[in-house]
Amino acid sequence: MERFAALVDALVYTRGRNDKLRLIARYLRDTLDPDRGWALAALTGALDFPAVKSSTIRAMMQQRVDPELWALSRDFVGDTAETTSLLWPAPDGEHDPPPTVSQAVALLSAMTRKSVQADLPQLLDRLDPSGRYALLKLATGAMRIGVSSRLAKVAFAQAFAVPAEEVEEHWHGLEAPYRELFAWAAEGAAPPDTASRPTFRPFMLAHPLEESEIDLADYAAEWKWDGIRVELVRVGGETRLYSRSGDDISAAFPELTDVLPIDAVLDGELLVRGSHQGGEEGGAASFNALQQRLGRKTVSRKMLNEYPAFIRLYDVLMAEGADVRELPWSERRTRLEALMPRLPDSHFDISEIVSAPDFAALAAIRESARDAAIEGLMLKRRDSPYVAGRKTGLWYKWKRDPLLIDCVLMYAQRGSGKRSSFYSDYTFGCWNGDPDGGADLLPVGKAYSGFTDAELKKLDRHVRQHTVNRFGPVREVDRSLVFEVAFDSVHASKRHKSGLAMRFPRIHRIRWDKPPHEADRIDTLRALIRD
Amino acid sequence: MARDFAWIRPEPHGIHVAPADIWIDPSHPVPRALVTHGHADHARGGHGETIATAETLAIMELRYQTREGARPVQYGETIRLSGGVDATFVPAGHVLGSAQILLEHAGERVVVTGDFKRQPDPTCPPFVTTSCDIFVTEATFGLPVFRHPPIFTELTRLIDRLHADSDRCVLVGAYALGKAQRVIAELRQIGHRDPIYIHGAMERMCQLYEEFGIELGELRLVSDAEKDAMRGAIVICPPSALNDRWSRRLPDPVTAMASGWMQVRQRARQRNVELPLIISDHADWDELTATIEEVDPAETWITHGREEALLRWHQLHQRRARALALVGYEDEDD
Ligand SMILES: [Zn+2]
Ligand SMILES: [Zn+2]
Repeated sequence: MERFAALVDALVYTRGRNDKLRLIARYLRDTLDPDRGWALAALTGALDFPAVKSSTIRAMMQQRVDPELWALSRDFVGDTAETTSLLWPAPDGEHDPPPTVSQAVALLSAMTRKSVQADLPQLLDRLDPSGRYALLKLATGAMRIGVSSRLAKVAFAQAFAVPAEEVEEHWHGLEAPYRELFAWAAEGAAPPDTASRPTFRPFMLAHPLEESEIDLADYAAEWKWDGIRVELVRVGGETRLYSRSGDDISAAFPELTDVLPIDAVLDGELLVRGSHQGGEEGGAASFNALQQRLGRKTVSRKMLNEYPAFIRLYDVLMAEGADVRELPWSERRTRLEALMPRLPDSHFDISEIVSAPDFAALAAIRESARDAAIEGLMLKRRDSPYVAGRKTGLWYKWKRDPLLIDCVLMYAQRGSGKRSSFYSDYTFGCWNGDPDGGADLLPVGKAYSGFTDAELKKLDRHVRQHTVNRFGPVREVDRSLVFEVAFDSVHASKRHKSGLAMRFPRIHRIRWDKPPHEADRIDTLRALIRD
Repeated sequence: MARDFAWIRPEPHGIHVAPADIWIDPSHPVPRALVTHGHADHARGGHGETIATAETLAIMELRYQTREGARPVQYGETIRLSGGVDATFVPAGHVLGSAQILLEHAGERVVVTGDFKRQPDPTCPPFVTTSCDIFVTEATFGLPVFRHPPIFTELTRLIDRLHADSDRCVLVGAYALGKAQRVIAELRQIGHRDPIYIHGAMERMCQLYEEFGIELGELRLVSDAEKDAMRGAIVICPPSALNDRWSRRLPDPVTAMASGWMQVRQRARQRNVELPLIISDHADWDELTATIEEVDPAETWITHGREEALLRWHQLHQRRARALALVGYEDEDD
């Protein structure tokens, strides 16, 4: 537990992604089974101990600390587990040595709502403040130390020098403490058997198109729909829906888990019915409509009716026992088309191939797509197998040119990691009326990319010299600098004061030359909404 | 015997001793002041006469460029003020020259601690417990969550990190008066002999410490050093310089900070600290409460800090206490 506690503390204080990866990888290499497996599960939020909740901890502390002193302490520290770890009274007399992570997990699993008030204190008595913090965080399943399951998997791959895509593929369907996974990666054992389970297969991804032209004889074009990329997996009659990161989102889309009539693994775009993308009939709604359905644990009947989901299929990875990922795209496409009549069109359609006589014609088609709220085109090599990750030369995404708007810098915040001495995160706004007639700026977005290191230095200097207010790590600057901001689309949003939310804003050009009153107005931005 | 202690009063700008017409740690200029120690919120400039230890006076001279009206006293020395008030300076263990001030008048005893700690510190004599009727204490870390570990364990973590990242440097943010010199002196005591690099703003204070016999070993200025020479070295700067442009001249620094606030993760994260070192020159909760029990005063006055929790503790232990609403004190140990 001490080493795990040290890892948790180090992760709390480490901002940079690469540094976090190194820390986790080192821990996984230097720790034995099953401790490292349980630690990995804790980091990725895969553990659950029903008897230990935040309220359990509060009740436990109420018996030990004066309520007023507790309230003052909790207020100052801002976290129940941490306050408890610091306030915990040193035990009298002898106590057992610190538990290992596996012992702690076993003890926590054995606790019931009745026994927890007696058992948890005994466990805490065996630990120092750092250990108590790590234990309570692990027990309540709320690590919140900036480690996503994706990051943990990449760290795992780094620790044992195995491909991240393979880790992704073998991981799913396994349970903590992942002994088979460690045996495979660390000791060279055969990979875990996941073929008989509805597990996630890593996606094939695309590079942005940088060549000025490609030969359409080698590449097929397809729309890049504006939904979320999903994988629908049915194995042994059991169906699961996975997001791009491999998260199981089946519970949020129950209507899709009992409509696939055969065992298969399909790649497609999750969309909501509407008339926005791809025409009136059987079309899809905008991304905004889909957003109503995302991030929910359960879904109401009303939601199901108002925002019915379906999948627009791109590809097939497996079908009726055959793994077809090695086959060329054209062959897989033929198989997918052959499958379509067997799939209910209430929940499936196929992403049509966009044909054009030549590249210039394709470019014209792509440009016209803006009003249809389509993100752009995908270009897929006709002979490409389905390979996990991004392989150069096989698939390209050819997005529409971004939308551009001139905004005024309003606030800047320090970055993290190597950028922590620079003001590198910028909030910018547009005018809510005529700037010469007393209009105000309203924040419309935030960006921290799109500039060079040399520009960052200049921006940093600008922020320091033009600060008018400080709020902790944030500085408000005078309204003197214009950014030309590029973004993919803009949507109505109740969460923002301006009523607008941009997708993927980044700084396109810094307009040192442009007077701020010439920046754009909110109305201009609002006119670009295509919901 | 009813005592009213009317001769000593907390006013918004300091504690006033009426018979002698003298102030303790006043926050604005007065004709006569007793100063506990050199931190800026206790030692302001511009007083007519300033009575303090020689070390505190030297620190004030460094800061305010004048010695006018300075009247040095030694630890343990009792001076007779007007109006029948005696003042004795007693070690407080906080920073170089820091003192508690014992005031006696008409058989009544009041101790004003200024700031204090009970952990050992090679840069100043240890806190001396002095019995009194009224104990005037700070409460900077007056919350039960604050329990400062021994400095040795924190410096061990610092040295371990230095060895683990030997191509980088460890940049330690430490208060320029007291904390920085204590960290250096303690590092020397545990056998760290390498040159330590310091920010220019600390140079003169370090020299002053050495003039008073505190050995700090070889110190080098960052501004005089080559970037590569600082790899694997400890660099010390004021906390304000930690994330400042100044730090860009250092070789990929690991950001550390020596402060009692580092006990709370959120505080460390707010300052972008990667290596929080819980090193404080103030009493932690256990030291505060143990000291009050040891001194066992009839009443405690709390000058600054988190007074609510300490007041509650007094209530729970059937002790009398009041919080003084003094202005101009800041959260030190920053
Ligand atoms: Zn002080
Ligand atoms: Zn103070």
